[in-house]
Amino acid sequence: MASFCLTKSRSFIIQTLKSNKTSTNRTSYIHNNVSSSPLPVSEHAYYSHKNVSIVFNHSFKSIYVSRRLHSTTSVDELPAEAPLQQVLDFPGGKVKFTPKLTFASGATKERVHCYRVLDDNGQMLTDSDSLGINKELAVKLYTNMLTLEVMDTIFYEAQRQGRISFYATTTGEEAINIASAAALNNNDFVFPQYREPGVLLWRGFSLQEFAHQLFGNKYDYGKGRQMPIHYGSKKLNYITVASTVATQIPHAVGAAYSLKMEKQDSCSITYFGDGGTSEGDFHGAMNFAAVMEVPVIFFCRNNGWAISTPVDQQFRSDGVAVKGKAYGVPSIRVDGNDALAIYNAVSEARKMAITEQTPVLIEALTYRAGHHTTSDDSTRYRPVEEIQRWRDDQNPVKRFRKWIESKGWWTDEAESQHYSSIRKQLAQAIQVAERIEKPPVADMFNDVYDVPPKNLTAQEALLRKTVKKHVQDFPSDVPL
Amino acid sequence: MASIFQVIGAATAAVSSSTSFDTKKFQLCSRRSVSERKSSFVVVKASGSNRIGSRADQLVTNAVATKADTPPAASKPGHELLLFEALREGLEEEMERDARVCVMGEDVGHYGGSYKVTKGLADKYGDLRVLDTPIAENSFTGMGIGAAMTGLRPIIEGMNMGFLLLAFNQISNNCGMLHYTSGGQFKIPVVIRGPGGVGRQLGAEHSQRLESYFQSIPGIQMVACSTPYNAKGLMKAAIRSDNPVILFEHVLLYNLKERIPDEEYVLNLEEAEMVRPGEHVTILTYSRMRYHVMQAAKTLVNKGYDPEVIDIRSLKPFDLYTIGNSIKKTHLVLIVEECMRTGGIGASLTAAINENFNDYLDAPIVCLSSQDVPTPYAGTLEEWTVVQPPQIVAAVEQLCR
Repeated sequence: MASFCLTKSRSFIIQTLKSNKTSTNRTSYIHNNVSSSPLPVSEHAYYSHKNVSIVFNHSFKSIYVSRRLHSTTSVDELPAEAPLQQVLDFPGGKVKFTPKLTFASGATKERVHCYRVLDDNGQMLTDSDSLGINKELAVKLYTNMLTLEVMDTIFYEAQRQGRISFYATTTGEEAINIASAAALNNNDFVFPQYREPGVLLWRGFSLQEFAHQLFGNKYDYGKGRQMPIHYGSKKLNYITVASTVATQIPHAVGAAYSLKMEKQDSCSITYFGDGGTSEGDFHGAMNFAAVMEVPVIFFCRNNGWAISTPVDQQFRSDGVAVKGKAYGVPSIRVDGNDALAIYNAVSEARKMAITEQTPVLIEALTYRAGHHTTSDDSTRYRPVEEIQRWRDDQNPVKRFRKWIESKGWWTDEAESQHYSSIRKQLAQAIQVAERIEKPPVADMFNDVYDVPPKNLTAQEALLRKTVKKHVQDFPSDVPL
Repeated sequence: MASIFQVIGAATAAVSSSTSFDTKKFQLCSRRSVSERKSSFVVVKASGSNRIGSRADQLVTNAVATKADTPPAASKPGHELLLFEALREGLEEEMERDARVCVMGEDVGHYGGSYKVTKGLADKYGDLRVLDTPIAENSFTGMGIGAAMTGLRPIIEGMNMGFLLLAFNQISNNCGMLHYTSGGQFKIPVVIRGPGGVGRQLGAEHSQRLESYFQSIPGIQMVACSTPYNAKGLMKAAIRSDNPVILFEHVLLYNLKERIPDEEYVLNLEEAEMVRPGEHVTILTYSRMRYHVMQAAKTLVNKGYDPEVIDIRSLKPFDLYTIGNSIKKTHLVLIVEECMRTGGIGASLTAAINENFNDYLDAPIVCLSSQDVPTPYAGTLEEWTVVQPPQIVAAVEQLCR
């Protein structure tokens, strides 16, 4: 079929070109070229040699014109019999024609299936694809999830008591945080949004270090410059959280690009919510990652709410997983409350990303069981029953606990022991962090540049002078 | 190379001890007198503790043209090239020197860049290292920032500076801030560059002067090049700097020709350039306006004035040391810029000078800027939105009265 088309198109081209009175050089060149070999039909024809693309362009133009304007084209331009074209050789690949005027629907008939391994009661589904995980890993996963849950509760309460100024919980998303981190290596770069402290926790960030950042004291790695929950650790390859939504997504692609350039055996991962996928940065980054073929995992925590905006007001597509297809990125939808499913998906995605040098999109369906932050009261825009249902039935920590208990790897005793131990550690951490002094004013002007320029040192000197002069007007617990 | 250092050892001492430019000994020539420049371009350490942001450990230099009395050791004639070629040469040398340097932007790869600054680089270094990006400025600027945080040194090219308005979020919120908010853990050694300024009938959207919008962002440095010599030097310095640097080029200056040294040289990012020493009035300018000023200077010299012309080069932070010395000498200041009247570089510079050198001024600072209008397409109208030499001459005459 293809060769038939080619034969027809070849004569057609020559005829059309001759009738258009193109320059003799070009015509003869094309004639030679076409008669010697068939038209290039590779997937990437547009990348091909410049001369051949001239042939290609002309063939495209002439075929297309003839099909669209056959009624208006003058007789001497048309060949004796109209060519039977089934396929258009277009940049990016062959495209089949159809005489049917049908629009593809914006909605999919059936939603993308969601991968899960454990059922609602924490029992492993018999036919699920799953990596075997041993007791040690399972217990580590669970204890971290429990720690995260307790940490959120305690720190949230601390904010309510006025001890810290701000907090955002990850309630309901513990599985996403811990299981995805467990599937990665420590040298994979993590670009978080702000609801992924569990990744840091898994990698070894201590409760005390978390507390230091929340209190913004002098042991905070961010030197007290950012709001609470804006953690960052160069040592653990966790890039500091920025408040801006979705700006970290292109950063992750850039990091993946650097990994590809330096041929490293690691990937980068970035997390964002359903709301973040509306930002322009998400689309630019996905597109770019696909074009550049870099090892990045796009992890979307579709938790149903972007502050008070539910997903049906955020987008009308079938969630976020279908967007992968639009950009040429392999994608999967997973049950975000199933720790094992997430662990499997991220492991596989990581392997794929690195060996095939491709981006991967993972959409984890979950629920933001807590408020957006401590500045929010979500009962104002969603029913309390809905929140309660997700906290109870779909609670990822509970589900996973049921599973490891069924394997005999966890007991009630272990639970209460771990629970009280974490609570004690947290209380201690808060107490310690609260008492430590804040970073000095001198630090306010450092790190703006690598070396403070003259205007900044002048500003600092002025500030210091002012503070010394009006000591009573400035906080006494902040050293100079 | 060592001999050159020794020869200039004496000159170095002279530079550091003097607090003002000794006009007889050190004459940084303008573009007109390129042929007078001697071949012994040497590496002179910009020493002195009163230099802004001086980094004694870094070999930043301010190559100075020496007179015939210093014997030219290892004399090479230098080579002539156009400004965009000088930028490319600087870029290529840095890419050769450091494998982490990469370029990304629209059409920078096989096309060679819309102003040919990256021509040939994709063939030499591959199209991963000289990367063609899709049309998503915020996203590829973000990409560059992410790559910088994880070890590379990207140069992000905006096809036209105006397009970088789309990247403002990434430049302001992430590029400028992340080093600070991460407590110094992550550094962002990017160079963001591109042509800006009013060209020849490019239309309002392609004739923007972004230096005025970017100047407030804490954490970034801004420099503007104006000659092939400083273009190459500033490009190299910007790439080697660990801070994010925005390098402003001008669309109309790409085809300037000049003879530059064969030896490697790197300029200081925070230094201004003395274009023409004088006694009567200090004219501060940068980028294309430098040439309008020099043209006006010709007229002024014929009329008997002696203007001192300084190309400020460093737009953030200002080189108040050089500027201050000049003001202490002349006591009159004229700023000529291409930015808009409102909120431009000139406005900030006026404020900075007034704050620091008010006692030395004999008259209020005069600032000549472009009109506060979108640049019209019609050639004659466009010409009159920017400052022209006759206006500069008139302003100087007014000041010196």
